[in-house]
Amino acid sequence: MYNGGKILIGIIVFLLFAAFPFYNNIGKVSAKPEPKLDTPVIQQLAEKKCVEPKEFMKAEHMQMLNDWRDAAIREGKRIYVNSEGKIFNISLQNTCMNCHSNKKEFCDKCHAYAAVKPYCWTCHIEPKEKRS
Amino acid sequence: MAKFTAKPKDLIHIDFKNPQTGWMDTPVDIREHMYCHPSKAKDLETVGFPNIHEWKPIDENWNLPENWKETVLNGIKERLQKYRSFHVFMDICVRCGACADKCHFYLGTGDPKNMPVLRAELLRSVYRKYFTASGKILGKTAGARELTEDVLKEIWNYYYQCTECRRCSVFCPYGIDQAEITMIGRELTNLVGLQLGWIAGPVANCYMKGNHLGLEPHTIKSNIEMMLDDIETITGIRINPTFNRKGAEILFVTPSGDLFAMPGIYTAMGYLMLFHELGLDYTWSTYASEGGNFGFFSSNEMAKRLNSKIYAEAKRLGVKWVLGGECGHMWRVLHQYMDTWNGPADFLEVPRSPITGTVFDNAKSTKMTHISEFTADLIKHGKLKFDKSRNDHLKVTYHDSCNTARGMGMFEEPRYIIKNVCNHFYDMPENTIREKTFCCGSGTGLNASENMELRMRGGLPRANAVKYVHEQHGVNMLANICAIDRATLSASMDYWVPGVGVAGISELVGNALIMKGEKERTADLRGETLPGKEGAE
Amino acid sequence: MKILFPFFAVIALVLLAVLGTAANLHFLFGVVIPYAALFIFIFGVIYRVLKWAKSPVPFCIPTTCGQQKSLPWIKQNKLENPSSTLHVIGRMALEVLTFRSLFRNIKGELRDSSKFVYGSDKWLWLGGIAFHYAFLIVLLRHIRLFAEPTPAYLYILEAFDGFLQIGIPRLFATGVVLLAAAAFLFLRRIYVPQVRYISLAADYFPLFLIMCIAATGIIMRYFFKTDIVGVKELTMGLVSFSPVIPKGVGSIFYVHLLLVSALFAYFPFSKLVHMAGVFLSPTRNMVANSREFRHVNPWNYPVKVHTYEEYEEDFREKMKMAEIPVEKE
Repeated sequence: MYNGGKILIGIIVFLLFAAFPFYNNIGKVSAKPEPKLDTPVIQQLAEKKCVEPKEFMKAEHMQMLNDWRDAAIREGKRIYVNSEGKIFNISLQNTCMNCHSNKKEFCDKCHAYAAVKPYCWTCHIEPKEKRS
Repeated sequence: MAKFTAKPKDLIHIDFKNPQTGWMDTPVDIREHMYCHPSKAKDLETVGFPNIHEWKPIDENWNLPENWKETVLNGIKERLQKYRSFHVFMDICVRCGACADKCHFYLGTGDPKNMPVLRAELLRSVYRKYFTASGKILGKTAGARELTEDVLKEIWNYYYQCTECRRCSVFCPYGIDQAEITMIGRELTNLVGLQLGWIAGPVANCYMKGNHLGLEPHTIKSNIEMMLDDIETITGIRINPTFNRKGAEILFVTPSGDLFAMPGIYTAMGYLMLFHELGLDYTWSTYASEGGNFGFFSSNEMAKRLNSKIYAEAKRLGVKWVLGGECGHMWRVLHQYMDTWNGPADFLEVPRSPITGTVFDNAKSTKMTHISEFTADLIKHGKLKFDKSRNDHLKVTYHDSCNTARGMGMFEEPRYIIKNVCNHFYDMPENTIREKTFCCGSGTGLNASENMELRMRGGLPRANAVKYVHEQHGVNMLANICAIDRATLSASMDYWVPGVGVAGISELVGNALIMKGEKERTADLRGETLPGKEGAE
Repeated sequence: MKILFPFFAVIALVLLAVLGTAANLHFLFGVVIPYAALFIFIFGVIYRVLKWAKSPVPFCIPTTCGQQKSLPWIKQNKLENPSSTLHVIGRMALEVLTFRSLFRNIKGELRDSSKFVYGSDKWLWLGGIAFHYAFLIVLLRHIRLFAEPTPAYLYILEAFDGFLQIGIPRLFATGVVLLAAAAFLFLRRIYVPQVRYISLAADYFPLFLIMCIAATGIIMRYFFKTDIVGVKELTMGLVSFSPVIPKGVGSIFYVHLLLVSALFAYFPFSKLVHMAGVFLSPTRNMVANSREFRHVNPWNYPVKVHTYEEYEEDFREKMKMAEIPVEKE
């Protein structure tokens, strides 16, 4: 007795799982996300620099936001001194979102792509944006 | 060979420390009292086995045939193609070790090569070397090794220290069954003429004379007549069974051990009394006078050759169905192999109890029913009357035979019968019974006398559990449904738990069975005076 | 040796990836090797299964671990002694999904050189099941790198996995469990004498590999954060057959990727095929109804038997003397 049929079904199931990423993406175009930095506030900046250097922000912004939250909410600290000695107000809404007022075009771009769901907006009110 | 004299209290000092050297670098130590003598040439000639030669296990030179290596490797290759079980089991073991302390031989010897996983690795290492890419390239790193004479000796030694009891298979997450691997390993040893005398002898006997013990037709009849005399003495009833009778409804097949030695004959007396009381239209056969199958411990082909007699005889005699006696590996063979080998038995009818009308649908194709199924059904329908007090001198426990447990799943029927014929029944601890039962330690043709140390060691876990109920409840009778058990557990009990006897369940049935027209019984089937009847004689 | 060899083999793989990225071989390590590994994995596993499938199952040999189906008033244990395909599906599901047989594990010990005691021992089961389920969930979580947009069920999975809400990025429990369980299985191999004795290099290698994979994954997520967008660009390029090598993805990612590739490529040639083999084990996947329905052996062949006629030739006179009926007078 060989049970060929059952084994064949097993192999097909295995293939369905193993090749899922391939056939799942057929006909779908996925482009690398390009977060937009062209908000009016940013355009008016003389020196287009974030709180910390771009590479650091890219990798560690979540950690920084977490630290900021702890500092502001739990310790009442509102002053952040960056690596260059410049002082910033610790505030998501008034500092971060002041420049990056385009959540949909900035934050969400990468977060959606990388399937990250930050819980910033469970407390903070999402900025109201016009659909661009 | 010196006599085996080790005392139980010394033998039970078991060293579970592993050798300093890895198992591949630890040479096999074949020693007295742990192995069986080689087969006699004439026995192998009778059944036409290949490469018959003189050799001794303790000798350096085993006189292997010139092309032994090629023979073994071709044998492995052929079996990989024939058995998916073997092929898969060679590949998927992850060496998790769950099986390690499940083997009675490991528990009794402390020898790591008796852990089922390592027993399998002995052969698996050879498989890797010659049949897998990684083994060919990486060698020892991949767990592969050359097949040398020493490796063959090692496989021989440890594959005849396995009773194919399947306990490891119950615990293996992939169901890897060492019994399956041992069977194939033993086939390989048979290809190069390394058979045991204690297996080859019964095989040759069974082939020529119809049963392992080599009882010739007239001897079978006279043995049974002696039992009939005893039954008459005890009950006052003369029973007249028939032999090789055409036109009987049922052919009864039991292991020949029941016809020859104590305590098996008491079990046979139980059958005779039961069938007489029922007025069953049945016959014994002298041609198919063996239910057991030592061929099963040599090769698949040999097993089939011996087994063929049952259907052939059923057909010749024109019976409707076959009833089988109490035996362990016999039932593994009947339940899982017979129909495939020698069926379909379309000349027979689905077994139907002529007394209760119960149709045994679970044996619809094979057409063979187990005596315990048959008896349990009779009791359930109230067809038998018992005087349980005739077993009151017995405090009974029940040993699940490996094969009826893990190759069949017969757990409740025997217990149901015992509880109906005995007042005192105590099960052993739950981790030692049912699917977790321990082997008697001497199955698969290892019930010789020269390997007594091996047998006592292998039998220790079972005996130890009996000892527990012996001490807790005063158990003095170990009931079972296996002829090998009846022969070997007697020795093991005498050694480890003196004071505990061994009995087939049908003996207990025979003791308690109230027969029409019987005189007042004063003795049990063993002729021992029943309690309270001392003055009656 | 059995431990060191596989250990250094894994270290060598790590170094290889580091050197490879330093030498700018990103395309080799980011595209060629992963494709090759996946190819070997998929077709290797299928090859192994087909090879097993070519060998028939000649006999019906389930290991029965419960009461058989016999008389109607005796309760059958359908999952441990299945008498229908449905029962077998149940038995196999228990085996594959809950590691039923491993759960049965008991430890046997000789106490005071006088009595054996057996106690339930579920550690191996716990380690095994934690390891396998953690591995499965970790694997499934990676779907987010291979699907755009990421399917909604993945967010649910991640929400469960990260339910502890520890740290940023949120700690996934399975990553830690995977590493811990693999470490447990490794330590068990070292410290349990019997298991140490039976272990081969081939047992340590996948453990080291998986521990290293888990560790690099954890490092990338929590410590030296890798550019996840860049990583997804690469993985999406792979699955859409238009490979790209994004800039700025650190070498640790390539280490992770090479180790995963090694695991995939190693899989079909090792004991890891138990993933497929467990489904093909005849002692578990067969219906235990061999007396009810005839099992057919495709290579069953006629054998030489000793017929009744031959037997009667040998014993006719003795049979007649004993008044046993014979065919020929």
